[in-house]
Amino acid sequence: MSASQLTLKIKGLRDSLLVTLPEGRWEELRGLLLNQIQEREAFFKGARLALDVGPQALHVSEVSELRDALSEQGVALWAVLSDSPSTEKTAQLLGLATRLARPTPEVPRAPAETVEADKALWVDKTLRSGMRVEYPGHIVVLGDVNPGAEVVAGGSVIVWGRLRGVVHAGAEGDKAATVCALDLSPQQLRIAGEIALAPKQRKTPVPEIVRLQDGQLVAEPWHPDKH
Amino acid sequence: MSTVLTIGSGKGGVGKTTAVANLAVALAAGGEKVVCIDGDIGLRNLDVIMGLENRIVYDLVDVVEGRCRLRQAMIRDKHLPELYLIPAAQTRDKSAVSPSDMVRLCDELRGEYDWILIDSPAGIERGFKNAIAPADRVVVVTNPEVSAVRDADRVIGILEAEEKGTPSLVINRLNPAMVKRHDMLSADDVVDLLAVKVIGIVPEDDDVIVAANRGTPVALDPKSRAGQAFRNIAQRLKGANVPFLDLDDQGNLWQRLFAGRK
Repeated sequence: MSASQLTLKIKGLRDSLLVTLPEGRWEELRGLLLNQIQEREAFFKGARLALDVGPQALHVSEVSELRDALSEQGVALWAVLSDSPSTEKTAQLLGLATRLARPTPEVPRAPAETVEADKALWVDKTLRSGMRVEYPGHIVVLGDVNPGAEVVAGGSVIVWGRLRGVVHAGAEGDKAATVCALDLSPQQLRIAGEIALAPKQRKTPVPEIVRLQDGQLVAEPWHPDKH
Repeated sequence: MSTVLTIGSGKGGVGKTTAVANLAVALAAGGEKVVCIDGDIGLRNLDVIMGLENRIVYDLVDVVEGRCRLRQAMIRDKHLPELYLIPAAQTRDKSAVSPSDMVRLCDELRGEYDWILIDSPAGIERGFKNAIAPADRVVVVTNPEVSAVRDADRVIGILEAEEKGTPSLVINRLNPAMVKRHDMLSADDVVDLLAVKVIGIVPEDDDVIVAANRGTPVALDPKSRAGQAFRNIAQRLKGANVPFLDLDDQGNLWQRLFAGRK
């Protein structure tokens, strides 16, 4: 496939541009995008750009390099949309949005229709301040969730570590969702529509599980025989 | 082999510029060839702390925009002949330089100098991106305060996401007496949250302010404890295994005797 056959779809959103990449090799697509922006400098200058990369699996260095290249052209990349979970994760690590509008659940993209309740996102690192991980299914974090980090799951959240940031399970309304952590001291914890603020910190933390019972968030220590 | 070392923090006022000046002086005093680059375009002060303010003719932006050669913008230190400063422009802003400009600039300096130290501005925007782009290693400076630690955590997260590796940590302005009274986070509290390797703990020391106002970094003062801490960090940067200062030994004899019995 030659580069000339590839075309970009550009759509104006309320306050930014949505560029949809065709399928192809990343280097070619990247070149195509940057060329277009250079050719139509007046149009793109100062724009906020959301990029739909389709199924393309992108590495952190590829996305951050593109973001820097775009910023040198005066274009701010704010979102990367993708069907690939690894690209989504990459974008989230770099602090980019992965959906166009956060509160609207009816995003016109395939995965939203089938609720991936049985799927889980595996995060094998500590989430530091400012990181946000969002996934329609469950989220498992192998590491800590530090103050200032956010975990938002359609299903349940398990933190194999210290949970000290903000966590929202059942974000799309699933009241059966739970949150468990080895050390549960979140800044704020939400399940479906209920919110609880940080409980007082204990000296010796025990693993705990939080669930929604009769409209109240209830935390109890983890007992292997009870669950 | 030269190392490009960027010093950042996220939060302002924690002592990045002080750390750059002192590490530069300590490294250069140990015989290393050092260049410091002030990355804080528009709010420069590394030149002031190093006492080189009135020697500035050309700056970083002049180099990047081709108004002078790199050599012409390098100011030789007053005390140490192998220490140079490339000052920031004061009348421009961060967007005058791009990350690739910084990479090019450092590549030009590599080989000739052992250490290229970059003083990152506060924040996580363009200026910070510029400062970390060429970095081989990053040192994050924080204070034992909740807000400074939160920002350090954010910066460490960004560095990891950008695949700059896990940085090392300097805990600056620790006051051992306050820690003892549980009025300040201890070094252990900070490390517990940030989970990175500590390369230095610098005690709070009035001499730092006096030295900065004089333009003679405290690392040049053999009697200063903060200066000693910075000299130790410089040793550790070079790979030496230097024990950490015992920050408690300034208490009087009785305090020491009682502390020992606990």
